[in-house]
Amino acid sequence: MKAAVSVILYLIFAPLLGGLLDGLDRKISARMQGRTGPSVLQPFYDVIKLFHKQSLMVYRPQFFLVVSYLFFVIFTGALFFAGCDLLMCFFALAAAAMFLVLASCSTHSPYSSMGSQRELIQMMSYEPMVLLTAVGFYLATGSFRTDEIVQSAVSPILYMPGFFIGFVYILTIKMRKSPFDLSTSHHAHQELVKGVTAELVGDLLAATTIAEWYENIFLLGVIALFFCNSSTPWSYVAAVIVCLFCYFLEILIDNTSARVKWNVVFASSWIVSFLAGGINLLVLDLVR
Amino acid sequence: MFALIPALVCFPFLVAAFLAVNKNERLRRYVVYGASFVVMILALALLVLWLMSGAQAVSFYTDTHLINLLMVVGELFLMGLVIQLSLRHRKYPVILLSVAQTLLLVWLELFGPSVPKTTHILLDHFSMLMCIIVAVVGGLICIYAVGYMNGYHHHHTEFRDRRSFFVAMLFLFLGAMFGLVLSSNLLWLDFFWEITSISSFLLIGYTRTEEAIHNSFRALWMNLLGGLGFAVAIAFCVLKYHTTSLQDVVSYQLLIPVALLAFAGLTKSAQLPFSTWLLGAMVAPTPTSALLHSATMVKAGVYLLIRLAPAMHDNLVGYMVAFIGGFTFFVASMIAISQSDGKKVLAYSTISNLGLITACAGVGLPETIWAAILLVIFHAVSKSMLFQGVGAVENSLYSRDIEDMQSLILRLPKLAYILIVGILGMFVAPFGMLISKWAALKAFVDANNTMLILFIAFGSATTMFYWTKWLCKLVSVCKVVQPVKDVTKKNEYFSLFIHAILVIGLCLLFPIMSIFIVEPLLSEMFGYTVTVLSAGNLYIMIIMLLSVIIFPSVAYLFSEHVHKKYVISYMNGANVGDNTNFVDAHGKPRELILSNWYMTDIFGEQKLLIPGQILSAVVLLILLCLIVGGGLL
Repeated sequence: MKAAVSVILYLIFAPLLGGLLDGLDRKISARMQGRTGPSVLQPFYDVIKLFHKQSLMVYRPQFFLVVSYLFFVIFTGALFFAGCDLLMCFFALAAAAMFLVLASCSTHSPYSSMGSQRELIQMMSYEPMVLLTAVGFYLATGSFRTDEIVQSAVSPILYMPGFFIGFVYILTIKMRKSPFDLSTSHHAHQELVKGVTAELVGDLLAATTIAEWYENIFLLGVIALFFCNSSTPWSYVAAVIVCLFCYFLEILIDNTSARVKWNVVFASSWIVSFLAGGINLLVLDLVR
Repeated sequence: MFALIPALVCFPFLVAAFLAVNKNERLRRYVVYGASFVVMILALALLVLWLMSGAQAVSFYTDTHLINLLMVVGELFLMGLVIQLSLRHRKYPVILLSVAQTLLLVWLELFGPSVPKTTHILLDHFSMLMCIIVAVVGGLICIYAVGYMNGYHHHHTEFRDRRSFFVAMLFLFLGAMFGLVLSSNLLWLDFFWEITSISSFLLIGYTRTEEAIHNSFRALWMNLLGGLGFAVAIAFCVLKYHTTSLQDVVSYQLLIPVALLAFAGLTKSAQLPFSTWLLGAMVAPTPTSALLHSATMVKAGVYLLIRLAPAMHDNLVGYMVAFIGGFTFFVASMIAISQSDGKKVLAYSTISNLGLITACAGVGLPETIWAAILLVIFHAVSKSMLFQGVGAVENSLYSRDIEDMQSLILRLPKLAYILIVGILGMFVAPFGMLISKWAALKAFVDANNTMLILFIAFGSATTMFYWTKWLCKLVSVCKVVQPVKDVTKKNEYFSLFIHAILVIGLCLLFPIMSIFIVEPLLSEMFGYTVTVLSAGNLYIMIIMLLSVIIFPSVAYLFSEHVHKKYVISYMNGANVGDNTNFVDAHGKPRELILSNWYMTDIFGEQKLLIPGQILSAVVLLILLCLIVGGGLL
């Protein structure tokens, strides 16, 4: 029952919250750059406008691939908030990412094909840390299930600071923020012309935007999971604060760093995953 | 039932003998079809009879003096064959390996101390399962081979047509595999083990080109090295422990024999540092690769390792096997990224997956064996299908390079769907391979094995990369495509479609397999069983499985009714009217060629293979010395 309620809340509020955070992102970025910036609600206006635009496609299967991408991202979050197995969530998320890559490379377009290869590099870069994070939760709390993780005696972060650092590191890739926004960025003027989404217009682009909102909420949910602990209610407050802080951190990094080459993304995230995740893993294994 | 087992083992040998002497092409075709079906029916009949008799582990054949003598003759014949071929091709060290092990075993058999009589054949869940895999997958490959070899010799006129020899070897292989998985006596096991080594050697050298001969001898010496380990293990068992039963070795945890047998298993399952023989095996026609990579040969290696698993839990042998397996899984999956040859990607993926199975066996817990068994099943079927699919594509396109498979979904739609099903089955949630990988990860965590967790976390990421990349190429579509004539024969499609149905069916039925095959197998092996899949996760997986199949299909069908305007792709306005050409700097149209990333400067064979081999060889050697030295002292 509780699971059903939280899934329904997620389905309704995740896009609203995700869109709002997106608006906030644009506002804060603008202020950092000395501009006024658009209204916080601008992302919603954009998406509504996208839905009203003419639908253009290069290749018919794009449609079902993008829709499947949206579906699996939502599915991932639904699993997470229903209290299911964390590994399952990450596998579903990987399946979703695969659909996006297929949608973008199916067009034989130079920009989106290049974007999809880069997206694959990004996936390869963050995937180890994602799996290790799930393992970390299991070692810290004895369960892969999110509903059981929040019921542990203390907040998991106490056992898994290394995993947290690693996860925040790859969060920059997942949230498509500079310097790690190789495959697509929020600015069409960059060398890749929006990469994976270059051939998506109108409602399909709107669908990917909504999928990103859902995905961001899921990712922040994972961040929150490090802190949540049902025996101490104030840990939820702490979780929300940390989530907002991480989101702000990503905006700050986005605005203060230039895009790097894929080698750096790949090597650095593997090294961070190996060191932060690996050492924490070893310690947890030893104390267990 | 007692009559069926010798029939199952001997029938393929008889068919092989007949095919080897028969020169009539038409007759050969019908014999191959008939014999393949008979093999499958025999295996299924054995299954039914065994199930009707209560599905208990049964062992028989205690007094087998005559058969043992026949095997001695057989081993001497194999040794003679190896000597003759090695002399002809001047590969003298191979002779030493072959003579040493054969004479050791012959001496043991004829003049060695007598050991208490034990049974020679064991039929339990594991051997039954392997028989079914070998019969069904192997049988289908034989059917496929008939059509494939026709096409092969049609445009490879430079090779001598030795098709009768080829199909004979395939059946020989099947017979040896049945013998191998049913034997519980080490001497018998070794005899069939040698046959698989030698017949794979003969199959790899089929085309008799310089490369083929070179690669076949590499396969031979590596497998004979493993065979030597096997022979020494047997000698050790007989002289020190007075037993020749595999079950005794496992239940008494005789560490030195277990280590040597595991070493033999590692060579046969192409783990680092012995992976190169399997890569070299690609020179042979596709049915060989399909057979070596899926149901036979490499599966014989992991079969032995899984059998030894209970004796490897939490000891030095287990650590050795788990390390080699995990390391191979990781390194092979990285090298696969840098390969554009379709068969080579498949080869590295086989090595990588076998590494995972090996690692599971090395940990030796029921949970890891659960994962290992499911990996064996899923891998056998999907890999056999993928190899046959790539082989069929090669016959039509005259290339097996992934870069040439652009828009395959429009050019050869049926084969493209076959490849897509196979690839999805290999790595996408929630299909078979991924479930097994997930179970393996969970079990490694429970076993506190940090090293394996890291290997699997990083190796999964690279695995996803190379499969998705390939998938991209298949679905990537440019409007103008040259039509390709699909020369795939009916019998090839027959095998491919059955495989596709099997892959999908296995994915859907895996909970049933887990309950009726794997769990009883675990209780036979460990005395107790575990429930790896909790009911909650099972439901999620079923929901996910259905949504992964149903949702995209519905969306696809729906997309036919969505009104869209089709446009050309974005090329900075330099398009020449379609998606395949653009205006270059001289104002002339130029074809747009898109390529996948291979990143050879990071993941290239030269960068990773030899360092990987050296590292794993050093570890293997040190640990073997420690185990054997520690056991003797």
